[in-house]
Amino acid sequence: AENEPSWETPCSELLVYVSTPGCDGFPSLDSKESYKLSVSKGSMLLSAETVWGALRGLETFSQLVGRDENGTYYINETEIVDFPRFPHRGLLLDTSRHYLPLRAILETLDVMAYNKFNVFHWHIVDDPSFPYESSTFPELSRRGAFNAMTHVYTASDVRTVIEYARLRGIRVIAEFDTPGHTLSWGPGAPGLLTPCYVGKAPSGVYGPINPIVNSSYQFVTSLFREVSSVFPDFFLHLGGDEVDFTCWKSNPEIRAFMKEMGFGDDYKKLESFYIQRLLHIVSSLGKGYIVWQEVFDNDVKLRPDTIIHVWKENSMQYLNEMANVTRAGYRALLSAPWYLNRISYGQDWIAAYKVEPLNFAGSPEQKALVMGGEACMWGEYVDVTNLTPRLW
Amino acid sequence: SRRTMGRAMGLAGLLLGLVVVPAVLVSTSLRHGAPRTEAEPEPSSWELAADAVPEDSLWPLPQWVRTYPRQLQLAPSRFQLVHGAGSSAGPGCGLLQDAFRRYYEYMFGHSRRRTWSRRPLAARAEPELFQLQVVIEAGDPGCDRHPQLTSSEAYHLTVTEPVAILKAYEVWGALRGLETFSQLVHEDDYGSFLVNESEINDFPRFAHRGVLLDTSRHYLPLKSILTNLDAMAFNKFNVLHWHIVDDQSFPYQSIYFPELSDKGAYSSNLIYTPTDVRLVIEYARLRGIRVIPEFDTPGHTQSWGKGQKDLLTPCYNGRQPTGTFGPVNPVWNTTYDFMTKFFKEISSVFPDEFIHLGGDEVDFSCWKSNPEVKEFMKKQGFGIDYAKLESYYVQNILDIVSSYNKGQIVWQEVFDHKAQLKPDTVVQVWMANNYAHELSSVTGAGFTTILSAPWYLDYISYGQDWKKYYSVEPLKFLGSEKQKKLVIGGEACLWGEFVDATNLTPRLWPRASAVGERLWSSSNVTNLQDAYKRLTHHRCRML
Repeated sequence: AENEPSWETPCSELLVYVSTPGCDGFPSLDSKESYKLSVSKGSMLLSAETVWGALRGLETFSQLVGRDENGTYYINETEIVDFPRFPHRGLLLDTSRHYLPLRAILETLDVMAYNKFNVFHWHIVDDPSFPYESSTFPELSRRGAFNAMTHVYTASDVRTVIEYARLRGIRVIAEFDTPGHTLSWGPGAPGLLTPCYVGKAPSGVYGPINPIVNSSYQFVTSLFREVSSVFPDFFLHLGGDEVDFTCWKSNPEIRAFMKEMGFGDDYKKLESFYIQRLLHIVSSLGKGYIVWQEVFDNDVKLRPDTIIHVWKENSMQYLNEMANVTRAGYRALLSAPWYLNRISYGQDWIAAYKVEPLNFAGSPEQKALVMGGEACMWGEYVDVTNLTPRLW
Repeated sequence: SRRTMGRAMGLAGLLLGLVVVPAVLVSTSLRHGAPRTEAEPEPSSWELAADAVPEDSLWPLPQWVRTYPRQLQLAPSRFQLVHGAGSSAGPGCGLLQDAFRRYYEYMFGHSRRRTWSRRPLAARAEPELFQLQVVIEAGDPGCDRHPQLTSSEAYHLTVTEPVAILKAYEVWGALRGLETFSQLVHEDDYGSFLVNESEINDFPRFAHRGVLLDTSRHYLPLKSILTNLDAMAFNKFNVLHWHIVDDQSFPYQSIYFPELSDKGAYSSNLIYTPTDVRLVIEYARLRGIRVIPEFDTPGHTQSWGKGQKDLLTPCYNGRQPTGTFGPVNPVWNTTYDFMTKFFKEISSVFPDEFIHLGGDEVDFSCWKSNPEVKEFMKKQGFGIDYAKLESYYVQNILDIVSSYNKGQIVWQEVFDHKAQLKPDTVVQVWMANNYAHELSSVTGAGFTTILSAPWYLDYISYGQDWKKYYSVEPLKFLGSEKQKKLVIGGEACLWGEFVDATNLTPRLWPRASAVGERLWSSSNVTNLQDAYKRLTHHRCRML
């Protein structure tokens, strides 16, 4: 019969041909992930320019293999030419709101590979906890982790994640979000955070990183020097979102500084002051950076190769933001419609699927600045007990 | 897992509490991406540890609790759960024996400290608690019976040295009391097991506290169901409403009609054999949980038609059958012959006094298209009121089930469409729109009722939605005291359209815990802050 597999020619091997060497390197934004797959009676060939393309092709090949009712494995004659539309296809995990044990991260990397994701955006620390074990500042996790013995990522853990990801063609981009979202940094780095005031007296509460003291910049330099060497990817995510100005406003020293600098009452200028210095520090460490959209929205002076991460979702305004960011010449990443932590009843995958990242008014050159996007799984209500079914 | 209540809290709290000045978090007023849903910030973990009280570990909150600062120590190698003097139950009571072992495991099981080092007791200040004695007071403790709506679940717990006493009228109360006792035992920072001296008097506010599982939209393996029964017991739920079959699949393997699951299940291994069913029933019984099966008809029966020819109504287009089928055919005698035999089996397989007969969402369009049905309508003088036909059908089924001495529960449509119910038929209110009004109507007509409308937990949404389930007040409707007494309880429903074994447990728990406390605890236990404290402890313990 027509559809009978031809038993005379069992397929015994898939030949994988890679034209550019590079097995021991790390994937990057510029990596080519294209591949060609050719399955015919005589041969099965997977050819790709790079090993990263080969990984993508292997995933596709594995999806083509079927099994009939008798248990026989078979594959149809196939021709596939494939490459990604967007080079940055990421997933954000938040290990600060809830610690995620290593196995949860590794499992996520496996499923990312099934879906051809290639960036693991590790939002590793934030207000609630600091699980990253820093060799330069061990007190940060000792004082800031939920439990310094059990709820931490050792240097070895981090290496494991980076290598596990690399073997799947996945880049690991770490985010050390500042100056906001840093409460957990306080206990291990006294003097780093701004002391808030009530009237003339410190209230005992702390706010964002103190932008007016040199010690903050020394600290940040040392920390990012370490982070830059621990994480091999060219890019670091520096955060920069949701900086609450109330604490800064309450602090008399900061108010004095604002006057001195002629910033008037515009605390965005103070935020920019900090961010600009941070960007300079990170650049001189030889890294590129990604920042949340506020950094762009607040007119911080940015390097031209900064990537802006668009996340604010209020009735489709994010498309305007994409237009603005790309019009200003910056590259953009889209996450706004893909906050998967915002669960809802029913088949909500459909809404995520229908998003068209380039659906904004702009020139082709602008649209070419959209590098891709990231699905975000913020951790307020997520831990290892529900991560996998919520995400996939 | 069922473990040291305060440990993670204690250690972290100690570290953070000493270093970070306890206070409200400042820069978290904006959740990344999410508009603020809470009005006030949650108490931070170090605040919780700083002023923790023993009651912080209890869920649901008992009716009456007194705890004292004095603590007693428990040695896993010596502590025992035993039958007390004067108890009508003894070592022959399998249910309690099983519970003793289970609760011992919950309290000390994970601990590797079960038999060893003899540090002299004098080194510790606390006196030792050697036993919890369980005393059943009723002449017939109920060890070998199945729990019922009228079973007593009340208990009285006194924790004092050298032995604690748990008194209950029937074994069901003892089970509830054991759960509470296990919640009081905690581990301190040094790994010692402690319990505060306490006295608790407890009983449920509502007698029917259920969870609905749907095994038709997605098959649930036995393990899932049993894990869920464990979780239910942690929360003092006492009814598993097993919505076992529906349109999509028929996993129940019937003895009289094996074709039903042969043809109607998703596949031959996705079924519940008689042994599986017995296992569920017994596993539930040992936890004081009733299993009420639901065989929903006449609607929601597509899968029945695969294995039972000539049961469902053939739909017509003009004079031609379309090949599709609608609800159960109410005009054929064979339908009632089938149902008589089928419910005979169900009545014997499921020991509970009640069977849920469904009766919801009957789509009349197929009936309306069928000439035989139309003819029947005419003959019966129903006019074009198909609700009358539905009622005619339902009444017949009620009669059939009644003849097997089983009580019946039905969804609200059966009442709304004015079927003639038996005086003790229970009506389950599920439609969310103005359910308070429905409660008034149903109880006003003198029927017992179960509330589910505000507790459809399959309707997930972002954030702490447990709060909205917790804030429901089942008796908040217009009616007399007598009417309010007719509300026997409620059920948290987890319909299966988007639920299977991969996501059931995290989706249902701990959200269902909110419903559990609402149905057990006193109506004035409504403080969300206090509930949050206790629920976070409880949740970690359940893991």
